[in-house]
Amino acid sequence: MMQRSRWMPAWYVTLKDIRTYYLKPPLISWGMLFPIVLILAFFLRDPGDIRSAIPGLVGMTVLFGATSVEAVAITFEKRIGAMERLLMAPLSPWALVAAKALSGALFGLGTGLLTCALGCIVWRLSFSPYVLIVLALGSIAFALLGVVLSLLMREVFDAMTLTNFFRFPMVFLSGTFLPLGDMALWLRVVACCLPLTYTVDGVRYCMLGAGHAHFALVVDLLAIALFSVGLFAAALALFRHRLEDML
Amino acid sequence: MDRAVAKGRNGPQGAALGGIDHAAKGGVGMVSAIETSSLTRYYGALCAVDHLDLSVKQGELLAFLGPNGAGKTTTIRLLTGLIRPNEGTAQVAGYDIGENATAVKRQVGVVPQRSNLYAEMSARQNLVFCCQLYGLPRAVWRQRSDELLATFELSDRADTAFGALSGGMKRRLTIAAALVHRPRVLFLDEPTMGLDVRSARHLRAMIARLRSEGVTIFLTTHMIPEAEALADRVAIIVKGALAVVDTPEALRARCAQEAAIEVRFERTREVMVTALRRARGIRSVSRSGEALHVAVDSVDEGLRVIQRTADGEGARLAQVRTVVPTLEDAFVHITNLDSEVMRIGGTPGGKRR
Repeated sequence: MMQRSRWMPAWYVTLKDIRTYYLKPPLISWGMLFPIVLILAFFLRDPGDIRSAIPGLVGMTVLFGATSVEAVAITFEKRIGAMERLLMAPLSPWALVAAKALSGALFGLGTGLLTCALGCIVWRLSFSPYVLIVLALGSIAFALLGVVLSLLMREVFDAMTLTNFFRFPMVFLSGTFLPLGDMALWLRVVACCLPLTYTVDGVRYCMLGAGHAHFALVVDLLAIALFSVGLFAAALALFRHRLEDML
Repeated sequence: MDRAVAKGRNGPQGAALGGIDHAAKGGVGMVSAIETSSLTRYYGALCAVDHLDLSVKQGELLAFLGPNGAGKTTTIRLLTGLIRPNEGTAQVAGYDIGENATAVKRQVGVVPQRSNLYAEMSARQNLVFCCQLYGLPRAVWRQRSDELLATFELSDRADTAFGALSGGMKRRLTIAAALVHRPRVLFLDEPTMGLDVRSARHLRAMIARLRSEGVTIFLTTHMIPEAEALADRVAIIVKGALAVVDTPEALRARCAQEAAIEVRFERTREVMVTALRRARGIRSVSRSGEALHVAVDSVDEGLRVIQRTADGEGARLAQVRTVVPTLEDAFVHITNLDSEVMRIGGTPGGKRR
């Protein structure tokens, strides 16, 4: 039989993950409710400040959307033996890592765009095509972070706990709620080491204008791209190192 | 491989199973389906596979027989490119496992010990996904899946979730999933473990059919009768090292000179086994359930020794009969292990004398 493109099997792993994990009513409901509830909570707290809060909420939904399943998917598949099946297939480790991350990235992008759309429609925030690039890169970085965390842990519960250990401090330290300029210097240094900082800043640049952002858009995009490359390298190294744990 | 010739030999059913109807070519100059040279794998200080030298011919069914923990699964993982050896090399379907693991994976089908398809996906969806994983063209996904479902008598369960299938059906579907890409070599890791008698028998018939259709099969098992019934040759592995590899007939012939007596006591006690093992004229004693398999120098002398030992220990004989040597006798003769270690949960520590 003719062999198809070497990329296609990896794409089908992504589609399988989307069908198996993401296209489930509870997760779809969560993906839709999470941004709405977040925005509603901030709106009720301070209706006058909601416009400036929306970019942070977009970044937060991308982070939670991309890591929600990704951070436990590999751990779960290790437990049920499904990772062994994927490892038996003629897929290179990097194709498999990319395939696993892509499903989470697409879900993260979807939830982020929903929040973005709410901001644009309800509060008339501007929509720049560059926001798509920021969200796509951010989703990839966060999904890869999820893959790294999933590879680090043997148990699903441990992976969830570890993910929250990273996610919540990141939300508070990356300018999501508090502008970077208002932070103490040492907190700003910490913020510069977090991918969410650049995602939120990039969204702020695109939706509120350059005057509301801390960095230039190109800096944000480069930083998120660098985080993505670094996290991909880390995921690949961990994947190879932990290969036998997955059997 | 000539497709027309292959179909002529196998018929449509053979083509459905995979048989020798391969489009993908093996490695250059492929003679043996599997060839290992001093293949070694350590886990820390433990040598799981110890300098394995093995050759499996194309179309052959080799049973890799050994107790739990002998290194059977590790050998499969090495040969399928899942893990790397610490020493030695191996070629599978003509490709080096170290240099071209992806090419090896394209040529082999693996049925792991655990039936590890996706529980929420239907039988057909699982097979279609495997077609996708192996890069088969979209046009054949459905056709190939339905062929395999029919071959493995699962057509009426095509839309049933994998998780809702019985153990035997899950096992059959897992084997079907390993055949979607018509592999040259099929690795079966304890395929009948945990199945009821009927399902296991059904599965063995299917394995025999695959073998008759020309698929090279590497079957690991700890069930001696299974190896005896299915294999062209049997390789016995103990503590990671290959003890012997030969045909079942040749292995049986190795202990043909030994007379053997099967003894059942009204109540078999370990002290009896120990006493018999110490008695003069007894070559070996292995336990198989309640029966003791006693290899002796001569039947007459052996019967006298057994009776004397039973009297000495106050045991009553329930049944005594002479037996023709089986592969189990050969296993005991060659490995010096009690055949009880081959039961599930047995460990390879049970020296017989």
